[in-house]
Amino acid sequence: MNANRLTRRGLLSGLAVLPIAKASAQGFAGMGQAAGEFALPRPDTAITFPADHAPHPDFRIEWWYVTANLEGPDGTPYGIQWTLFRSALRPAPVTDGWATSQVWMGHAALTTQDSHFAAERFSRGGIGVAGVMLAPFEARIDDWSMSGPDIGHVRLTAAGTDFAFDLQLATDKPFILQGANGYSVKSSVGAASHYYSQPFYRVDGSLTLPGGAVEVSGKAWMDREWSSQPLAEDQSGWDWFSLHLDSGDKVMGYRLRGAEVYTASTWITAQGASTSFDNGAFSAEPLELTDVNGNDVPTTWAARLPVRGLDVTVTALNPQSWMPLTVSYWEGPVRVTGSHTGIGYLEMTGYG
Amino acid sequence: MLKVEKLKKSFAGADGPVPVLRGVDLSLEAGHTLALTGDSGSGKSTLLHLIGGLDTADSGHILLDGTDITTMDDRARAKLRRNSIGVIFQQFNLIPSLDLAANIAFQARLAGTYDADWTDELTRRLGLADHRTKYPEQLSGGQQQRVAIGRTLAARPRLVLADEPTGNLDETSGAEVLSLMLDLVGDTGAALLVVTHSRDLASKMERQLHLRQGVIER
Amino acid sequence: MIRAGLHALLSHWWRHPFQLVTLMLGLATATALWSGVQAINAEARASYDRAARTLAGSERDILVARDGGDITLDTFVALRRAGWQVSPLIEGRVDTDAGPLNVIGIDLFTLPMDDLPEGIGTFGGSPDFVAGDGQLLVSPATQRRLADAAGLPPRVSLADMPDAVAYTDIGVAQRLLQRETFDRLVIAAPPALNAPPLSQVAPTLARRAARSGNDIARLTDSFHLNLTAFGLLSFAVGLFIVRGAIGLAFEQRRGVFRTLRALGLPARLLLGLLVAELLVLALVAGALGVALGYVIATLLLPDVAATLRGLYGAEVDGALSLRPIWWATGLAIAVLGTAVAAAGSLWKVAHLPLFAPAQPRAWARASDRAMRLQAMASAGLLAVAALLGWVGGGLVAGFVLLGALLVGAALALPMFLSVTLAAFARLSKGPLAQWFWADTRQQLPGLSLALMALLLALAANIGVGTMVNSFRATFTGWLDQRLASELYVTAPSEADAADLRAWLDPRVDAILPIRSVDATLGGAPGEIFGIADHPTYTDNWPLIEAGPDVRDRVASGEAVLINEQLARRETLWPGDTIALPGWTEATIAGVYSDYGNPTGQAMVGLSRFDALFPEAPDLRYGLRVSGDTDALARDLQAAFPGAQVTDQAAIKRLSLDVFERTFTVTAALNVLTLSVAALAILTSLLTLATMRQPQLAPVWALGLTRARLGQLELLRALLLAALTFVAALPVGLALAWVLLAVINVEAFGWRLPMQLFPRDWLWLAALSLLAAGFAALLPAIRLSRLPPNELLKVFAHER
Repeated sequence: MNANRLTRRGLLSGLAVLPIAKASAQGFAGMGQAAGEFALPRPDTAITFPADHAPHPDFRIEWWYVTANLEGPDGTPYGIQWTLFRSALRPAPVTDGWATSQVWMGHAALTTQDSHFAAERFSRGGIGVAGVMLAPFEARIDDWSMSGPDIGHVRLTAAGTDFAFDLQLATDKPFILQGANGYSVKSSVGAASHYYSQPFYRVDGSLTLPGGAVEVSGKAWMDREWSSQPLAEDQSGWDWFSLHLDSGDKVMGYRLRGAEVYTASTWITAQGASTSFDNGAFSAEPLELTDVNGNDVPTTWAARLPVRGLDVTVTALNPQSWMPLTVSYWEGPVRVTGSHTGIGYLEMTGYG
Repeated sequence: MLKVEKLKKSFAGADGPVPVLRGVDLSLEAGHTLALTGDSGSGKSTLLHLIGGLDTADSGHILLDGTDITTMDDRARAKLRRNSIGVIFQQFNLIPSLDLAANIAFQARLAGTYDADWTDELTRRLGLADHRTKYPEQLSGGQQQRVAIGRTLAARPRLVLADEPTGNLDETSGAEVLSLMLDLVGDTGAALLVVTHSRDLASKMERQLHLRQGVIER
Repeated sequence: MIRAGLHALLSHWWRHPFQLVTLMLGLATATALWSGVQAINAEARASYDRAARTLAGSERDILVARDGGDITLDTFVALRRAGWQVSPLIEGRVDTDAGPLNVIGIDLFTLPMDDLPEGIGTFGGSPDFVAGDGQLLVSPATQRRLADAAGLPPRVSLADMPDAVAYTDIGVAQRLLQRETFDRLVIAAPPALNAPPLSQVAPTLARRAARSGNDIARLTDSFHLNLTAFGLLSFAVGLFIVRGAIGLAFEQRRGVFRTLRALGLPARLLLGLLVAELLVLALVAGALGVALGYVIATLLLPDVAATLRGLYGAEVDGALSLRPIWWATGLAIAVLGTAVAAAGSLWKVAHLPLFAPAQPRAWARASDRAMRLQAMASAGLLAVAALLGWVGGGLVAGFVLLGALLVGAALALPMFLSVTLAAFARLSKGPLAQWFWADTRQQLPGLSLALMALLLALAANIGVGTMVNSFRATFTGWLDQRLASELYVTAPSEADAADLRAWLDPRVDAILPIRSVDATLGGAPGEIFGIADHPTYTDNWPLIEAGPDVRDRVASGEAVLINEQLARRETLWPGDTIALPGWTEATIAGVYSDYGNPTGQAMVGLSRFDALFPEAPDLRYGLRVSGDTDALARDLQAAFPGAQVTDQAAIKRLSLDVFERTFTVTAALNVLTLSVAALAILTSLLTLATMRQPQLAPVWALGLTRARLGQLELLRALLLAALTFVAALPVGLALAWVLLAVINVEAFGWRLPMQLFPRDWLWLAALSLLAAGFAALLPAIRLSRLPPNELLKVFAHER
């Protein structure tokens, strides 16, 4: 079975869907591969809405990435992840039919304090099973979808064989452009992506767990990112934080591990005003390692953004939030304590 | 009727041929009996085999009624064995697959000289009349040897050769068998040559010859 | 003590090297035939597994259209969007310049990797597989074959791929096959937690449970069972030799055993030493046999592969790979066989009285008892066989019947021979004749094992020969009926087809369209043909069952014909109904014989066919020609260079060729089995020869030449062989009946009328006499040249 999984990874990597995490050689999930003839992010590209909610098929890779911190009626914390990845097999986009160049992958997860459920989906585009449409908005792979009249008001659904969620997400607040007007630099040698976020979704809905259905409410954060070579060749993975502080402020910070450690961050006020910080402003330092899937994974962090007085300990709600999928990584809800309190999500790649 | 002249025979040994008979001469007239004695290895059985046409000599002659059998081919010798000579072995050598009656009649029928009355008489006189349908292994040693004698005489050979005929029998049945054999051979008028190392048996024959180291001791 | 004991025991083999050779030869031959057949089976199964892995869905539940038709993209999309983890599959044949190619379309995004053939694991994957022209993943052999084929996507050759098949992306496959639909959907994983039921999402589809095996394996199971049965038979025949050799070696060492026991060697230790001795011999001979088996398998595999391809369309690689498990089982069967063969002898040693006289007649009489027991066992087995023949059904019952018949017959043989010889003995005059019969009868216990082996080999030969010849006769006649048209032509395209018809119309008596579609029939892949209402069909059609007004009802589209395989498999006969795509309750009007075809078939009147499958290509025609067929073929080819023209004779030749190869393996195994039987006779006679000197010496002394005795020995062997043949004849015919009326129906799906071929029997009788004669020749010659000395030893005092 294991051999076959590797086979599948090999296959899919060949198809450039999501390649093997070969340590530092090509970065995590092949994101360090040279962009070739694919389109490249440019600092002077202006991001416009709603057009840029739609796919950019001339770029090699793209995602619609939703995480939500939720609470049951009794205050029990939960987390969900819903991600749709797009990958292009060839630079020249073909979007219709079996011979499409567009390939899609979905990841969904539901995390509680003591369990973690995950599922994945694969499909090609062009045949009506997976893709993203603008009006009305629909991002879909198989039965998983994020759809509504517009991207600010969507129903988010996903289901595996042992879990499901069905949530309403709503916000009227603006989208936050990360980096320099949405041009997000990932290394000092120039890898970059277009990147914007919507950290203000309010969430209501229900989760289906093996024990039954739970009504939940909470906060969601969506990241939108597209690129053709988002990582530098030597970068092996990242640690990505998205935090909802109880003050109403939001913090995005990431730390790319390579020959150098490259960080970037954005401070977003409750009103939606954002400030991005370049390499070095944000720092994160592992405090505690947990054996996850046979690897040491940091599950408690010291995160700091001194310019905003942020000095917090970020602790995983469930240290075993491993996504044991074709492309595997750690992703789960966190608690924030220290100079600020709050909740959030942590994604760590390149650990196994 | 039997004349053996300068008969020689040797067998292959580890260090070249080993002479067994070194020039044997003897003669035996029809209706007479002769005992040939000698120690183990003196060559007496070999001599008997040669006379019986069972083996071939290296040189010398064996004349049977004037015919030299040493020059005969396989087929002629087989015919000779069938028609003119009867051999009685120490081991009886009956045919295990045939019953007593068939064993007794066997050689006579092979030779084409089968005489039902004579065979019947033989069977009776040999005391085997009640055992006609028995198979050899169901008979005692004395009975088996009597069958062998019957088989030989039923064909009315001119020459009867006997190789230690009582060697496998106890004293009593040995004596019994011997006297029966002498009686019956006498009745057929055949010549009898007995090979034995028993002086007692030899003394029952008209003449005795002693074979030592391949020659007749005078 | 062990050393001394072992030395005393083993010295026997040193003194009797021939016995050792016999034992080893028998065991090695037996193991060779068995393991050779096993190797072939293993290789074939491995090939099926490889093939089955891609045919995807073999080990998973699948969804198929209830009406046996295709599945549309909409249905697939609806299922995926509802949370059903299904993966589409399409299969079909593409005609290329280099011959037909089976194309299997898969969707790598949704198909579980486990379902793909091993070879695809080495495929690194390339964007080109999906996007652009696509790629065909093929075996190196197929790659070579397709080297110059035009109009195909680029090929990628991968080791370990099944031959003659190309895997490609589903979209590419659809393009190549000119279809927009799927054959089936594989359920790759359980549906999502909240997925609606199938009946709600795709009511036109039916879920079919996973099969335990795959189609090919299921189809070919019976063929392999046949091979295995043959292997087992050969093994049994070989064991007769081993049994003989061991029995003799033990018998001759009886004195040694006794002495050893008398000298204080415990019975247990003696037994242990003997077991150890046999184990070593078995392992050495087993290893030899496995190696020999490998050679046999290598020689036979290409024919087996051809057979399987011809009969079932199953692809088996022609190359054999050595598998450790195969070595292990080969050695195990050798040891097991030795154990079976030696059990009796070992038991005797264990219960050996310290002093007991050994007498040949006593042995013979003990054998009499054994013979009566055997005869009783035989009667029981034959009764079982008769009962099964009367009431039994199913392949397993068929093989049990076969086994009971053969073993029963073999066990009855000594009794039969003994009674026959006794009768001859009673009838015979003359002392020599009497002695001959009596002596022959006495040889029986020593020879009966070898003769049983011969009986089995002969019966198998007669049985299989009768089956094959019956098949051939029926098949040839059937071909004549079925291939009634003088010429067959295939147009390159629909447009050309119209021109072709116009051109042909004035030149031929009739143009008979041959149109077909692939469809699921009775839950398995099959074909549906459209047939014209023309006397060619109605006069010649080989119907084995027909309802009233077959011709009219089929022509009018009221009813259909199905082939025998389908009828027997699904128990559908005239009057029943069958579901066709778009015609759920088609009444069956008749059943036709359809030899050499593994799949189910249905025939529909042409007009109804047209209505049901308007998209089915109309490219092939049978032509009735009354004039010069060759000239017409030439003109036709000249006028339409793209058309394929085949004359009836060529097709017949091709079909018969496939047929002939089908039974090559069986014939080869037949010959091998017969050779082993001859070997058994030879070794038995040779070992008996030394034992027989005391029995022959008196007869010789009483006036038979050695040459004459040798002739009689030869005659005896021939006589026994002849009698065995006489006994084998009815057994063989019974076997043929079982094969034709029971096994074939189960294995191939058709029943054939049994025909008798006495000329073959004569040939076989001659062959068996020849075999026995050859086997007896050496001992006979040795006897006729035996130095008188050897015979005289029997009379020597010093014995």
